[in-house]
Amino acid sequence: MRWINYKPSRITALTLALCPFILVLLAYAIGSAARLADNPADKLLPGIAALGDAINRMAFTPDVRTGELFLWADTLASLGRLGASLGIATAIALVVGMLVGMFPYLRALLAPFIAVVSMVPPLALLPVLFIVMGLGEVSKITLIVIGITPIMIRDLAFKVLDLPHEQLVKAQTLDASSFQIAMRVVLPQTLPRLFTCLKLQLGPAWLFLIAAEAISSDSGLGYRIFLVRRYLSMDVIFTYVAWITLLAVIMNVALDWLRVAIFPWTRGTAQ
Amino acid sequence: MSRIVVKDVWQEYGDQVVLERISLTIEPRSFVALVGPSGCGKSTFLRLLLGDEKPTRGTITLDGAPLVAEPGPDRGVVFQRYSVFPHLTVLGNVLFGLEMRGSSTRIRLLGQQRRQAIETARAMIAAVGLLGSEDKYPAQLSGGMQQRLALAQALVMKPAVLLLDEPFGALDPGIRAEIHELMKTLWHETALTVVMVTHDMREAFTLATRVIAFERPRDRPEERERYGALLSQDISIWPPRIAGAAHPSSPDRDDPAFPLGQTRDDPVISEPPGA
Repeated sequence: MRWINYKPSRITALTLALCPFILVLLAYAIGSAARLADNPADKLLPGIAALGDAINRMAFTPDVRTGELFLWADTLASLGRLGASLGIATAIALVVGMLVGMFPYLRALLAPFIAVVSMVPPLALLPVLFIVMGLGEVSKITLIVIGITPIMIRDLAFKVLDLPHEQLVKAQTLDASSFQIAMRVVLPQTLPRLFTCLKLQLGPAWLFLIAAEAISSDSGLGYRIFLVRRYLSMDVIFTYVAWITLLAVIMNVALDWLRVAIFPWTRGTAQ
Repeated sequence: MSRIVVKDVWQEYGDQVVLERISLTIEPRSFVALVGPSGCGKSTFLRLLLGDEKPTRGTITLDGAPLVAEPGPDRGVVFQRYSVFPHLTVLGNVLFGLEMRGSSTRIRLLGQQRRQAIETARAMIAAVGLLGSEDKYPAQLSGGMQQRLALAQALVMKPAVLLLDEPFGALDPGIRAEIHELMKTLWHETALTVVMVTHDMREAFTLATRVIAFERPRDRPEERERYGALLSQDISIWPPRIAGAAHPSSPDRDDPAFPLGQTRDDPVISEPPGA
């Protein structure tokens, strides 16, 4: 039989999926054990006990000076920024993406501009943002919005353009105006794509968030990572990286689940 | 009524001539089948009637008024694919036109109006044999049922003209025969002029009152660009099918070889040959 025709059973698939995770953990454990055997005070690859201690310290022990639980306070600050910027980016992308996708005149006006703007490396603008908007929340949120909105607009505009022309013709023969077509034909079929688009932009959004927090902030997950870097606290950094990854994974799954729950006809399709 | 007059229409894309010198009058209540080989411009012609494209030269009038250069509610359409909205249920698809009609800002009907529209839509759904599937999405329907839905969605608007672009081409023969029966019933019972593009000759001669063939008379490679397709045949079905009247012969039989006492405009054979 050809290799392309061998298909794993459910249990085999699950086992295979777990393999790389176990392998990475194993490699870490071996490396950590080897380094600790050489030097019990090694900070680069802390052992399980040290990591457990870090989790306990960051998540469950109030700070002696401020009484804060750092992990939760940082998470709250970061998710607030992320949520605000994702909300703004989504709203802009949906409106502009639909307009550009539906109306040839607006497409002629805006599409080339958006294509060029999406090529601007957002991190290079960060100093400008900090100078113009100050070091507060606004500049961080703006950075993320600038970073992900143009790509989301283009993605949604392409999705609108991808709608079969037949559907638009059919809607017109059913006496629908441009506005009605936008609300009843284009919007419902673009919204599911918005979820997928948002999902794909989560990665860049986190990147911009952590970059902004690393440079100037007094709270947040990225702030903490770059703060404890000075003390070579790999135990805290690893804990935070794992936590951020977990948050991102949960967001991913939640977005997929929401999409299918709200738009049942998209089940099993690659939107 | 809805007489469509096509006068000396040419359609060109850049240097490519697709249709040339097309003149045609389609009488109200007729059922015209457009046939021809692939790529000969019959679908292009249908898009011109639809208003989805504008002819390069020539005019098309509907009841004496020039055709508006965009699709409108007076001309319904069913395509081979993508005719129904995948995000709406069967009921939602049929309801769509009723909700859009007569307003440019309303996005759904409410209350009494909505109940009335649902009643109308249900009657239409029943007429195409989809009762019981109102809450299904198109993806859950078979190909034949999707095309029935597309017909219901178009006909609930009571268009004067129904344009069909190979609507039954992707269906298997049994399903196609069923939907042909439905199509005939709908044509007889609704005040409708039908123009259907098909590549299935049998379908054309089973359903239509008139079969029109498109053909490129000059089809050598060096000629292909500068010469488009013409109307090469215009065949009226005999005995004539008349909307709302029973057809004297079954569709799958040859036409009668003996005079039946009806008038026709070619020389009457007084005696069967060889008698």
